[in-house]
Amino acid sequence: MTARDPHDHPAHPIDEDTRSKLLAELAEILPAESLRVDFEDTKPYECDGLTAYRQLPLAVALPDDEAQVVAVLEACHRHRVPVVARGAGTGLSGGATPVVDGVVLSLAKFMRILGIDAASRTARVQPGVRNLAISEAAAPYGLYYAPDPSSQIACTIGGNVAENSGGVHCLKYGLTVHNVLRLRVATIDGEVLEIGSEAPDSPGYDLLAFMIGFEGMLGVVLEATVKLTPKPQTAQVVMASFGDVVKAGDAVAAIIGAGIIPAGLEMMDKPATAAVEDFVHAGYDLDAAAILLAESDGTPAEVAEEIAAMRAVLEQAGASRLAVSRDEAERLRFWAGRKAAFPAVGRITPDYMCMDGTIPRRFLSRVLTRIDELSREYGLRCANVFHAGDGNLHPLIMFDASDPEQMRRAIGFGGRILELSVEVGGTITGEHGVGIEKVRQMCAQFSADEIMAFHALKAAFDPLRLLNPGKAVPMPRHCSEYRLTASARGK
Amino acid sequence: MSTSRFIEQIHAASGPLRIRGGGSKDFYGNALAGEVLDTRSHAGIVSYEPTELVITARCGTPLAEIEAALAEKNQMLAFEPPRFGDGATIGGVVAAGLSGPRRAAAGAVRDYVLGVHLLDGAGHLLRFGGQVMKNVAGYDVSRLMAGSLGTLGLILDVSLKVLPKPAAEATLRFAMPQGQAIATINAWGGRPLPLSATAWQDDALTLRLSGARAAVSEAAAALGGERLGDDAAADFWNGLRDHRAAFFAGDAPLWRLALPTATPPLDLPGATLIEWGGGQRWLRTAASAADIRAAAAAAGGHAALFRGGDKSGGAFQPLPPALAALNQRVRRALDPEGVFDSGRR
Ligand SMILES: Cc1cc2nc3c(=O)[nH]c(=O)nc-3n(C[C@H](O)[C@H](O)[C@H](O)COP(=O)(O)OP(=O)(O)OC[C@H]3O[C@@H](n4cnc5c(N)ncnc54)[C@H](O)[C@@H]3O)c2cc1C
Repeated sequence: MTARDPHDHPAHPIDEDTRSKLLAELAEILPAESLRVDFEDTKPYECDGLTAYRQLPLAVALPDDEAQVVAVLEACHRHRVPVVARGAGTGLSGGATPVVDGVVLSLAKFMRILGIDAASRTARVQPGVRNLAISEAAAPYGLYYAPDPSSQIACTIGGNVAENSGGVHCLKYGLTVHNVLRLRVATIDGEVLEIGSEAPDSPGYDLLAFMIGFEGMLGVVLEATVKLTPKPQTAQVVMASFGDVVKAGDAVAAIIGAGIIPAGLEMMDKPATAAVEDFVHAGYDLDAAAILLAESDGTPAEVAEEIAAMRAVLEQAGASRLAVSRDEAERLRFWAGRKAAFPAVGRITPDYMCMDGTIPRRFLSRVLTRIDELSREYGLRCANVFHAGDGNLHPLIMFDASDPEQMRRAIGFGGRILELSVEVGGTITGEHGVGIEKVRQMCAQFSADEIMAFHALKAAFDPLRLLNPGKAVPMPRHCSEYRLTASARGK
Repeated sequence: MSTSRFIEQIHAASGPLRIRGGGSKDFYGNALAGEVLDTRSHAGIVSYEPTELVITARCGTPLAEIEAALAEKNQMLAFEPPRFGDGATIGGVVAAGLSGPRRAAAGAVRDYVLGVHLLDGAGHLLRFGGQVMKNVAGYDVSRLMAGSLGTLGLILDVSLKVLPKPAAEATLRFAMPQGQAIATINAWGGRPLPLSATAWQDDALTLRLSGARAAVSEAAAALGGERLGDDAAADFWNGLRDHRAAFFAGDAPLWRLALPTATPPLDLPGATLIEWGGGQRWLRTAASAADIRAAAAAAGGHAALFRGGDKSGGAFQPLPPALAALNQRVRRALDPEGVFDSGRR
């Protein structure tokens, strides 16, 4: 469907001459402390939250204004050197992992909140601003930024935009794509574009929606305008225990079926609650096979009405125990456990890999049963954390990365979970992105024509494929190999 | 089967195709051109799972059929697409990308698009997104289709997120001049009130509250104003949504201005109707396109000639050159031969 052949990967190793020329130019553009080349200085950038993959970059650039970013991009473009944008490096799919002979472009210094417009309820921020910092700055106006990834104290809005990040409150308040109004973006050739605006429905194609979740492949975010939401007067959470996960899954469907969209609706299985309880003492029921957290927010009367309705549905659905948060401290404690689930699991295993499939919820029990079988087949433990309201599963596979054999099994196990998500009509990634980690399984989800369409769209922004090459979209040839192995495995 | 007929028509096309459902929005966008590809034979709801909050339907499915199926389960399309007549199809709803009164509170069409099946300019069947709420695998081509006016590819099937209907609604009316109304709705928008729609016209501000019973009755009591009866309220919001209200009658050119919500009243001649908390402003005016577009741009927004008037200068606000070029490259990426390049967008 396009004349361009995505087989010829542009990221050739570069020669010594190009390298020294580029470094000299970068040294012109950036103050000395903003350019890192030495091993010790680039080492901290060798991976993101997906620590299983590591790669030293050619250099790390830490510009502190837009002109520098543009100049760095132009220099890399001129020398055909790949660029990987980086926020806080909390990504879980290797999106910010450096590429061979590539430059890491860190936006860490872009930490300014440029303005909060209380009247129109928007904030204009630089890309390196932390997610939580926006809500903190908006708090005096009774406003906040709704998407709340569990990593929100650390992750940046640039990273959130690139991954279309979600959080526990996204069922009711939407994902990043629903809460960003405008982006200022630099393309690889140094062109600066305004995408979207504070006014609704910009003319032209909806490139704003298209670009959110672009995994750093189409441009570099220089600025974002985000929507702020009025803080609800109050919130309460119900914690419900279930004797088996199937019942818990049915309870989720029953809540939605009753016409309720909770502010948050999360599930954790027994291995997850056990790990969490040890770590943060959230008061979780350790006898339950699964617990559900269902939150209501709004005015006190509204919350009381919704909590009563949810209690009734949960009782009807066979909850073995119900606890409603009695005050704000208890509500936060219930959530603290959920928000600390990844680090809690991190304490009981040398390494873990977080899967991110989304499934139609009606297949929950089938998928969890199968994950349990696979856990035994691969001989690796697995805890499940689940954005139950929107069907986004986070199986956490526990392993020891220093053991290549375990590493191999973990990757195999993870791949099977992703394929399972596709089999039941879901997707390999709900919010963490494809990155390096899931690039092979893209071939399970998309046909050769679809993959070619992604490459053609990428070429509309970055024809030389210099931004984050090798990530997010597989080369068609890799898909042919993938399909061969998959069919050899008897799928 | 209709899909194979579409593919034949795509392969046989000698010039650009103009994708058309019920034709209820023929008036919208740039001047019509190209041979018609009629989607109406590809109709029907493919699946509807109320507890998963997802409906999937073929492009030619009448919007009315979808709304009826949802209503039976007490659910709705939260972006309240304008119907503009009986013939509207769901493919046209998505391709037009138009949203109704609930837009400021609930989001636009694109916010509810979860997945599409497309035929591209080569007649290839492509599937993007899916039937799940969260999906970041691959670029978000599905949402890109919203508002593309048939110029990127043929939407065969679309999956949309649906929402429960609110338990309670109330409509309130306040006498208020324009400037004060804009300031007031923005101030109220910053408070945790269950506002689901706003409209200002002729010194009257009308608000709709939607949500839990307690939330609606508390807010209605706190805000005051004159409360409309349920039937009058339904008529009012439907009249606005479907442009059946008196404001929209007659031949004067109808402009749609999209602006940052808190923008003060614009100094343009003609009658104004303001929706979406100040974000969408309708203008009946004979003022020149240049003046209207300049005023909209100066306020940080844009203007489209929505209905009537002279469209020879284009219906939409022109894009800056670099962005226009990028739009073209994106278009060509999906349709290099220009099979769907009818120029409507
Ligand atoms: C403990 C833990 C909990 C987490 N919980 C959640 C969760 O609840 N929900 C969720 O969605 N994610 C979660 N994540 C994943 C991660 O935090 C998010 O993906 C986050 O958005 C990444 O932001 P970052 O600033 O760290 O980006 P990075 O990791 O630095 O980068 C991520 C991607 O964004 C690109 N990028 C970064 N900045 C820019 C820019 N300015 N312009 C263009 N591209 C850019 C990078 O190239 C890369 O592809 C969690 C991670 C951890 C470690």
